[in-house]
Amino acid sequence: MSKKNLDNNQLDPEMTEKLKAQATELVEQLNGGDYVKAMGLINELGDVRDQSLYREVGQLTRSLHEAIRNFQIDAQNEEQQEALSSMADASDRLEYVVQMTGNAANRTMDLVEDAMPRANAMREQSRALRDDWQRLRRREMEPSEFRELYCRIDNFFVTMAADADAMYSNLSEILLAQDFQDLTGQVIHKVTTLVKEVEEHLLNLVVMASNVDQMTGTVHNVEESKNTDSPVKAQGPQMHAADRADVVSGQNDVDDLLSSLGF
Amino acid sequence: MKILIVDDFSTMRRIIKNLLRDLGFTNTDEADDGNTALPMLKSGKYDFLVTDWNMPGMSGLDLLKEIRTDDSLKTLPVLMVTAEAKRDQIVAAAEAGVNGYVVKPFTAAVLKEKIEKIFERIQ
Repeated sequence: MSKKNLDNNQLDPEMTEKLKAQATELVEQLNGGDYVKAMGLINELGDVRDQSLYREVGQLTRSLHEAIRNFQIDAQNEEQQEALSSMADASDRLEYVVQMTGNAANRTMDLVEDAMPRANAMREQSRALRDDWQRLRRREMEPSEFRELYCRIDNFFVTMAADADAMYSNLSEILLAQDFQDLTGQVIHKVTTLVKEVEEHLLNLVVMASNVDQMTGTVHNVEESKNTDSPVKAQGPQMHAADRADVVSGQNDVDDLLSSLGF
Repeated sequence: MKILIVDDFSTMRRIIKNLLRDLGFTNTDEADDGNTALPMLKSGKYDFLVTDWNMPGMSGLDLLKEIRTDDSLKTLPVLMVTAEAKRDQIVAAAEAGVNGYVVKPFTAAVLKEKIEKIFERIQ
């Protein structure tokens, strides 16, 4: 990529050298009255401009191709390899991130929804047993009631051990369900790198376009485009909310704002 | 108490559904955007709406506006649960007649507080 273009926004020195030499020669030919040769030189001048343009565009195309080809990810096992090799572009990759995070969230919620009623049942059973146990200690219990309590305590020990086992295994599965972070992190990092590269190439393209304008003498009448984001259009999560005055940084800010509006 | 939960992400619908169940609200339905929610609301006799803002199809704000112009729905309490965090947006939601506004990410305690506040005011 022609870095020098980025640095000083100047034409290729080799090209300006050629232009100067040919211009001087052109003046000489014209002064000498050799119009045929002069016309030939004018054509050559055009060729220099065209070739320089083609070379810049060619370089840009090559580096874009390279960036896309380099956009690959290291898979750690066959399963990952299969999942990753079938993804040809960045949007597929991001779709994969959405899928993986979605799967992890659903898996976690399945396990939580299984554990919650168990915790509830444990609480209810131990509360009931504690009440009866205290009646027993106060010697308010009939022998028949005691025999029934004896059985319930027995059952409670069995179900509590089973429920605790199930909850423990749910918790460790929830822990494992967080492993998406590793792969999605890699994918997002790659996509971010690609976006940065593309941005850099686009910036170079802008510089090259201004060079083309210089070569052709084109002047654009570009109006500054204003930020016309409507406030009531959905925009998704805001970044760096804490540093911005137009964005709330949490629920407390929302509550303050709403109460200032009379809520 | 019949509640409609509107969010384009099933994960978020499920989280809200679980939190509502913990608060004792077990009669809930789900919709994935305003276009599916509106006919449900018109025919379903819902008592409360929890909606996201940013959704494909009809957004939560447009759904809110539709509700406020519909004679049978205009008094329906609406809680917005959204990642939209610009002050202008919150003002716009308030002007459109929202009853409560919760920004994501949120906690169970915040959701509970806002819902209770809305019901206090209705009763």
